[in-house]
Formats: sequence, C-alpha cells, structure tokens
Amino acid sequence: MLRLDSLGQGYGDHPVLHDITLTVPDGQLLCVVGPSGCGKSTLLRTVAGLLPVREGTVSVDGAPVSGVPDRLAVVFQDYGRSLYPWLPVRENVALPLRRRGLGRAERREQAELMLERVGLRGAGRRYPWQLSGGMQQRVAIARALVCRPSLLLMDEPFGSLDAQTREDLEDLLLEVHESEGATIVFVTHDIDESVYVGDRVVVLSAGPGSRVVLDLPVGLPGKRDQIATRGLPEFVALRAEIGRAVRS
Amino acid sequence: MKRGRAAASRGALLRWTVLATAIAAWQLTTRTHPSVYFPPPTDIARHTHTLWFSGPPTHAFLTPAATENILPSLARMTTGFVIAAIAGIALGTALGRSRRAHALCNPVLQFARAVPPPALVPVFVVLLDFGTRMQVASIVFSAVWPVLINTADGVRNTDPLRVDVAAVLRLNRTERLRFLFLPSALPRIFAGLRLSLSLCLVLMVFSELLPGTANGIGFTLTDAQSRSDLLTVWAALVLLGALGYVLNTVLLAVEKRLLGRGDR
Repeated sequence: MLRLDSLGQGYGDHPVLHDITLTVPDGQLLCVVGPSGCGKSTLLRTVAGLLPVREGTVSVDGAPVSGVPDRLAVVFQDYGRSLYPWLPVRENVALPLRRRGLGRAERREQAELMLERVGLRGAGRRYPWQLSGGMQQRVAIARALVCRPSLLLMDEPFGSLDAQTREDLEDLLLEVHESEGATIVFVTHDIDESVYVGDRVVVLSAGPGSRVVLDLPVGLPGKRDQIATRGLPEFVALRAEIGRAVRS
Repeated sequence: MKRGRAAASRGALLRWTVLATAIAAWQLTTRTHPSVYFPPPTDIARHTHTLWFSGPPTHAFLTPAATENILPSLARMTTGFVIAAIAGIALGTALGRSRRAHALCNPVLQFARAVPPPALVPVFVVLLDFGTRMQVASIVFSAVWPVLINTADGVRNTDPLRVDVAAVLRLNRTERLRFLFLPSALPRIFAGLRLSLSLCLVLMVFSELLPGTANGIGFTLTDAQSRSDLLTVWAALVLLGALGYVLNTVLLAVEKRLLGRGDR
C-alpha cells in the first residue's frame, strides 16, 4: 500500500505540490492527470525516492520513503534516454537482476522470458536504438517488470508514441497489471487514456502548489476494449467530468 | 552517416592519390634541382630500408640499429601513454563524479593544461636526472591532462535521467561505473586519448633530443645531425610521421570497435 500524507514539495521558494493526501491500495492502477507543469512528475519522483520529501510523509507498505523503496520500478517517458544505448536489449532488461545475486545465465534467461512477455521475442541481442519507439518502450516495461515490482511508477510512458502504438501498449499494460498484480501509479496528460487504463483517476490542479481537485473511481463494465469501451456512455461521462476538473 | 562501401573506398583512393602526387612532385623537383639538404624520396626510402629494415627474417627484418633505437623509443612512449591513460581515466572519473572536487581542481587543471608540455622536461631533468625515468615522467605528465580533463567532462555530463535510472535500478558504485558513467563518457575519453597520443610522440622525441640519451629515434636525429648525415635525419622524420599515423589508426580502430555499439 502506498500512502501520501499531507505531502508538500517544491524547488527552492517555488512550491510545486501542496497538501497531497492519497492512499493507493495494493493492486490498484491509479492514474494521475493534470495540466502540464502541475507537478505530476515531481509527485512520481518523490514516491520513487529520487527527491527528498519536504513536508508530510510518503510511505510504502508502512515504511516511510527515504531513498528508492524496495521492489519499486519506474518507466520514464523518454525511452530513448532511459535505456542504456551501449547495452543490448537483453542486458538492459537484465540490469535490475544483478542485485538479486543471480548468475549470468539465469539473468539472461529471465530477461528473455520477460521480453517474450512484452512481445519482443528474439529482440534480445539487438541494441535499443535499432528498435522503433514503441518497441523501445516495451523494453523499458520489461526492464521494470523483470524484478516483479510491487509498486510500478509510470511517468507519461506512452506520451511520445503514435496513436496505434499507444493503444497496443495500453492494452499490454492492462494485461500485465492483471497478471502481475502490482500497484501502479500512472501519470498522464491524456484524459482518455487515464479513464481507459485506470481503476481510479486523481486530478491535480494547475500549479504552483498543486492539490488534488478530483478523486474518482472508474467503474466501467466489462473487459476494456479500445473501440467498445471508449464508446460507452459511462466512459464519455467520466471523461467529461475529468476534463472539467482539469480545466477548472 | 552510413556511406556506401564504394563511396568510402573512392574517398580513400582520393586521399592516397593526393599523397602520392605530393611525393611524385617532390621526387621530380629534387631530381631536376639536386640539393644536399633535400634528398629525393627514393633515396630516403632506400636509406630507411638499409638503415632499419634490411635485417634477417629471424629478427622480423629489423636491423640492430632498429632494435637499438626504434624499440626503446616505442617502449618509452607506450609506457608513458598507458600510465597517462590509466591515471587520467581514474582521476578524471573521480573528479567527474564529485561536483565539489571538480570546482576545486578546475583552475589547477586548466593551468596544468596550459603549460606547453616540453617546458616541463627541464623540471624532470632536475628531479630525476637524464635517462628513461625522466623521459617516461615527461611523457606521462604531458599526456595525462587531456585524458583527465575529457574524462571528467564526459562523466560529469552524463544524462541526469540515466543517473536516475541507475538509482531506481539500485546499481551499486561499481555497476554505475561499468554500465553508466564509463560507457557514457567513452567518446570524450577517446577524444582525450587521441590528443594524449600525439603529445606522447612529441614528448618522446623531445626528451630523446636532450643529452644523456644513448638511444632512441630522437637520439638518432641529433646524432645524425651532428654528423651532417641529412639522409638519416630525413629517414627519422619519415619514420616518426609513419609511426604517428599508424598509432593513431590503431587507436581509431579500437575506438570504432568500442563505440560502434551505441549512438549517444
């Protein structure tokens, strides 16, 4: 369980987040949306332990966050920079397995399995820059999942992909979420995307000093489907409500 | 970026044609206007051959003059280069990782780099007396700065997002060096190594020109000059040029092999 308690964050005199209180139960896929510059990424970096907490507390499974929490993984938006271009895809994916003390062969095997899982079978020996953007982000997802994280943070992971690729990856995300059962915090500026992938959507207000302005469970009937789900009246209503909150 | 193989070999052909034409022009001029000071290239080539490369096959065709002069020079230079490279990369990495250390040391580094390297040689002569130790020390202290400064810059300019990734993946210090900082700084490190290599060649010759040297290519130069043996002077010059070219080509090949695996 992830808990934020009156979290305040900022750079120098500039306040970014103000009094954020949130509880994310285990296994939930929480989407965080808000206008650009509202501090969504700052929120994620704080939970990841990359930024020290300024006010309030952040705790993962009851333990306050100081430094990168155990069993945490992050997928960044900029896959081109987040993957290490000098390592083959397989080595990139196997990198987080080093601290688990596994042998070379075992690391390689697990990396290959995870690559297969994200639909990149046989791409292990290639280099990231030899792959398309969508494939690179799949590699980043494989690298995040290979350690079986209990908390997965995603910072606008599909923001720079084309529409078709983005839809494929949204469905892949839902699939892994169901099978791996990790808690996921998914930051996006795309309202449609937040309703489509989220179990719950939280809207942050425009900065400085953003706060939570809307906290909405997403109860959509049936299995998600790119065409059918987006046409549901419930989907349209949720999208409108979130849209109004973002613009307010 | 990717040029066709045909285009590449056309470029190489053109480069060699320019060189060949220059040599041919020199040959023609020296034949039509003979001068003691400027022997024709064919004479220089023949002299180079008899002087150094007409030895027995068992000695890789090297004459005693070659083994006594070229090999010691190469040994001094390689020793100096290897020490400078290792020290430069190690110290540069340490400086690049610490913002404070870099801020503190930067003026000193800029000063050390600005001193013309041959000017350091007299200092080492005083400290270490004439001989190989002085020569290697001069080479190391001149060649270390470009590697050090470039490595520090390369490590310092590692993409902050990639540093965040390493933090999130919880790589330890050694893993960060091996998988992040060194590969990320590698293009800059090689830029430094190339500068260092040419400095090594300069300092090798310069330190061998001084008295107290009994062998080496630099010694061959001063020795031939004192005997007014201009043909040997020219042969030594050609040898040094060729040596510089070959060593640089080797370094470029190593660089290409190491860097070919990633655009960054």
